[in-house]
Amino acid sequence: MANQSYDAIVVGSGISGGWAAKELTEKGLKVLLLERGPDVEHVKDYDTATLPPWEIPHRGRRTIELIENHPNLRRDYVLNELNLDWWAHESDSPYVEEKPFTWFRGYQVGGRSLLWGRQSYRLADIDFEANAKEGIAVDWPIRYKDLAPWYSYVEKFAGVSGNKDGLDILPDGEFMPPMPMNCVEKDGAEKIKEHYKGARHWLIGRPANITQPLPGRVGCQYRNKCSLGCPFGGYFSTQASTLPAAKATGNLTLRPWSIVRRLIYDKDTQKATGVEVLDAETNQTVEYDAKIIFLCASSFNSTAILMRSATDIWPGGLGSSSGELGHNVMDHHFRLGARGTIDGYEDKYYFGRRPTGLYIPRFRNLNGEKRDYVRGFGYQGAASRSGWSRDVAELNFGAPMKDALTQPGPWSIGFTAFGEILPYHDNHIRLSDTVKDKWGMEALVMNAEIKENEKNMRKDMMADAAEMLEVAGFKDVQTYDSGYTFGQGIHEMGTARMGRDPKTSVLNGNNQVWDAKNVFVTDGACMTSAAAQNPSLTYMALTARAAAFAVDELNKRNL
Amino acid sequence: MTMNRRDALKSVILMMGGTMVGATAILTGCAPENQIEGLNFSPEDIAFLDELGDTIIPETDTPGAKAAGIGQFMVMMVKDTYDADQQKTFVDGLNMIRKDFKSEKGTDFVGAPVEDRLAYLNGLYEQYKSSEPQEPSAPKQPQVINMLRDLTVLGYFTSEIGATQALVYVESPGRYDGCIDLKPGDRAYAI
Repeated sequence: MANQSYDAIVVGSGISGGWAAKELTEKGLKVLLLERGPDVEHVKDYDTATLPPWEIPHRGRRTIELIENHPNLRRDYVLNELNLDWWAHESDSPYVEEKPFTWFRGYQVGGRSLLWGRQSYRLADIDFEANAKEGIAVDWPIRYKDLAPWYSYVEKFAGVSGNKDGLDILPDGEFMPPMPMNCVEKDGAEKIKEHYKGARHWLIGRPANITQPLPGRVGCQYRNKCSLGCPFGGYFSTQASTLPAAKATGNLTLRPWSIVRRLIYDKDTQKATGVEVLDAETNQTVEYDAKIIFLCASSFNSTAILMRSATDIWPGGLGSSSGELGHNVMDHHFRLGARGTIDGYEDKYYFGRRPTGLYIPRFRNLNGEKRDYVRGFGYQGAASRSGWSRDVAELNFGAPMKDALTQPGPWSIGFTAFGEILPYHDNHIRLSDTVKDKWGMEALVMNAEIKENEKNMRKDMMADAAEMLEVAGFKDVQTYDSGYTFGQGIHEMGTARMGRDPKTSVLNGNNQVWDAKNVFVTDGACMTSAAAQNPSLTYMALTARAAAFAVDELNKRNL
Repeated sequence: MTMNRRDALKSVILMMGGTMVGATAILTGCAPENQIEGLNFSPEDIAFLDELGDTIIPETDTPGAKAAGIGQFMVMMVKDTYDADQQKTFVDGLNMIRKDFKSEKGTDFVGAPVEDRLAYLNGLYEQYKSSEPQEPSAPKQPQVINMLRDLTVLGYFTSEIGATQALVYVESPGRYDGCIDLKPGDRAYAI
């Protein structure tokens, strides 16, 4: 029996896969969108999104059972009974920590687009040029100008709010009106501008939360419950944005519960002819054919699929001929910074729950400065008044404590630094020889660590935060470092990098696998360096760009 | 401590052929204790927790913690979110408070005048705050008073009464104003 055939197969339905499906279907291709987990229907399946506090079981606290059953998720804020189903089941999908590694995965339609932090920043020229200038890893095969129109394209459709700040280090985009700063933040931003004479900037964040309606989307209601799914389509997710567009073309087939085991490779044509799918519900194996394949399964899973493909030709899998497949694992190292309090402003408050904070773009190693590390870091933070959960130990029980806690508490501010991790060849993932997942597929082994450059950077990341808070007028300034394990940034990148040379990279400048030109990898796996900015917007832009290229090549009969 | 006393009590009951009359008084010189064992909270125990919570967050111009069902809430949280050690600390602590209050004030906590209850719990909290554990990582003592404070504050301000009457609950603000005036008496947001 002949396999079912499509023009294109997209593996994974998260931020990148959703974009691939939208772009390819809108260009007239018949697309099969494969998702390894269950479907999550927009609005209908956001079960907990509108629960008032008193209907939230355990009021947001973790039960002992929850903690015991989730040794991975419990390492960070992500473990929460309200959206537990949107994180991969840990015992079904194990991984091996040869070095400590935290891997938070979203195995359902929409992937982590349902859960993401939504901060959407462009990479800058300095980011694309850094590897070449410093002789680190390999050069990006593209520059900012190659991606700029695609950033604009995806920003307009996804909807990003922000201020046009006119900075080279953080290029402006096609923004909806920015969310405002509060009084304390506004004054702090002025003081920073004055003190550093325009060399450091406190900006309002640029979240993919829409401040004006888009088709089918009401817009942000300032509830700040994004990670439960938004019934108003307030933030960009596959469900709110790209999936409806793809479905509207009539060209999309969405198949949940479809785990892609490997690509089927034809050595005569040097192309992939399709995918082998394990149906996660029936355990049946199904094959699908397509002219082109987009791997958007999240960085490490896209790479794992390549590693399991064409092993009769390359023992390391499809795309391994350069020796770089699985290497150059990156993330953003963080969980340190500073916090402080401020006097005054007792008569000032705000209304609404803003789903973003401030952003301080990179300011180190610019304009000729040379620290004892290369690259840099940015900060995310916010000022707010504390609420009823604050400590008022000085007050007696009874009416005094109750009355105090019904009033807004003091203002405080905090900043967390996010630093660039260099692409080190020896930071790698590989398929395990011994550990398998529930479906009998090799688990991934994680072997990555931060090194000298990142450790040196962390000193500045902490000290600079404290310095800026003092400059901005805050007191009781305290630094903190909660420690970082690789992966915790949930910005995993690399393992199938783009490059200019098939001998040293897995993908070319159009995200094509050098060894199989009809296979495109456009999620975080493709990143040649990490920069310090949140990476998802870049995946969107790279995906849209690669999709346009792929369709063009198909039309020219080059694929 | 509780277990020892219980065990002793059981052996006395056995000796006396299962008749419990007067056993406690013989052993301890006190009236029969009403001790919680394990995580079996009786309606009386929940009423006791209600009164403890209502002493910490009383009715003022808005209802207090008892009206928000704080006793039931504490039991649920202790069962689901406390580990075995914390559960034991909580239950032993409650038993201690029940007994200690009675020996200090001569009456049960439930039914005692509000001033007496408040003075007693504030006293315990002062003791807690000023206690100096031998190791920096060890908790201050008696832990139970901090547990009661924590659960009462959490349960009350996230209850419908606490969130909508004592605080301002806005499910869907619809806009963000970064800078507004706060007038005296304005309340904080529930979330």
